[in-house]
Amino acid sequence: MKPRQKRFVYIIVAIVALGAAVGLVLYALKNNVSLYFTPTQIYNKEAPQGRNFRIGGLVEPGSVKRQSDGVTVHFSITDNSRSLPVIYKGILPDLFKEGKGVVAQGKIEADNLFHAEEVLAKHDENYMPPEAKDALDKAAKTKSDAASAVAAPATGK
Amino acid sequence: MAINWFKYSAPSTFYWLAGKLAPWFAWPSAVLFAVGLYIGFFVAPTDAQQSEAYRIIFLHVPASIMSMFIYLVMACYAAVGLIFNTRLSSMMASALAPTGALFAFISLWTGALWGKPMWGTWWVWDARLTSELILLFLYFGFIALHASIDDPRRADRASALLAIIGSVNVPIIYFSVKWWNTLHQGSTVKFTGTSMHAAMQQAMFTVLVACWFYAIAVALARVRSIILERERNTQWVAELPEARS
Repeated sequence: MKPRQKRFVYIIVAIVALGAAVGLVLYALKNNVSLYFTPTQIYNKEAPQGRNFRIGGLVEPGSVKRQSDGVTVHFSITDNSRSLPVIYKGILPDLFKEGKGVVAQGKIEADNLFHAEEVLAKHDENYMPPEAKDALDKAAKTKSDAASAVAAPATGK
Repeated sequence: MAINWFKYSAPSTFYWLAGKLAPWFAWPSAVLFAVGLYIGFFVAPTDAQQSEAYRIIFLHVPASIMSMFIYLVMACYAAVGLIFNTRLSSMMASALAPTGALFAFISLWTGALWGKPMWGTWWVWDARLTSELILLFLYFGFIALHASIDDPRRADRASALLAIIGSVNVPIIYFSVKWWNTLHQGSTVKFTGTSMHAAMQQAMFTVLVACWFYAIAVALARVRSIILERERNTQWVAELPEARS
């Protein structure tokens, strides 16, 4: 082999070996690299007990309740299979909405509530004008209406 | 017509070629920036979720794509320089590094400015943001390592190794939002298409092409000064009209 072919092979081998090593390290660190735990993971006791961690999911629709003092908010974070009640005192980000993504940092106290110190909004990667969003929502609604209209007579019989 | 490509791997001929090519990338870049930003700020509709604040995406996404892409190009040049012992490839790698670092910085900076009003925080140590920060540090490391070794050929080899090793970070940045839970949203631009309104897409891709042209123009201009600096003791540099005056 010519020296330059040798160097080429060395570099390819080095990149492959390094890639594999980094891959294994990242695989081992899997849980540490993730920013938050899902409600299901917390239910399965995978989250750290008695110290701060982050929880992420969707704000459960219909769960947001503000206390009369104006700054304390109760809501639930859900991943559509488990949900966890959260209490937070402070200003919520503008994008905080029912059914939308949220990441909260804090810990579970003795009252089984997640006491959040910080609440961040997580938005999705879809960008569209409001009219297109309305049209999509309408289409989804008529579809679900149609589905329930079809389902209703079936259950009626 | 057969073109002898190896002719342009000599710094003396490439110096001339780069000088001829650079303006052909610089001017279209300026025009495309103007067009892309005009579409982005005046033509593209507001976003249903984030209203006007999303418009920083027209800088953020092209800068992020460029920061990753330039790193890979730089690593390829560095590898070619290492394998074939060509001086020009290593010079191209050095010429690309500051532009890549600039784009990585713009990506982090616009991301922070976007994160504060939308997420509620300037910075969070999630996988996407952290790996992009590491990319910026890799650029700094490449530049610093190259500058710290006096012999340019040794500097080329040492920094080439760093560039090649660092390239494993690029796929990590790209797939970070897929592999782990992050606050950063998923990719809008995927291999299968984008999840974006047409006018927004036009603005983003126009700015991306503008950034691309800008990077090429700046790299060509920078490689010319690197060639001059490194070849300053040669006959052909002494004979240049700009050197004689």
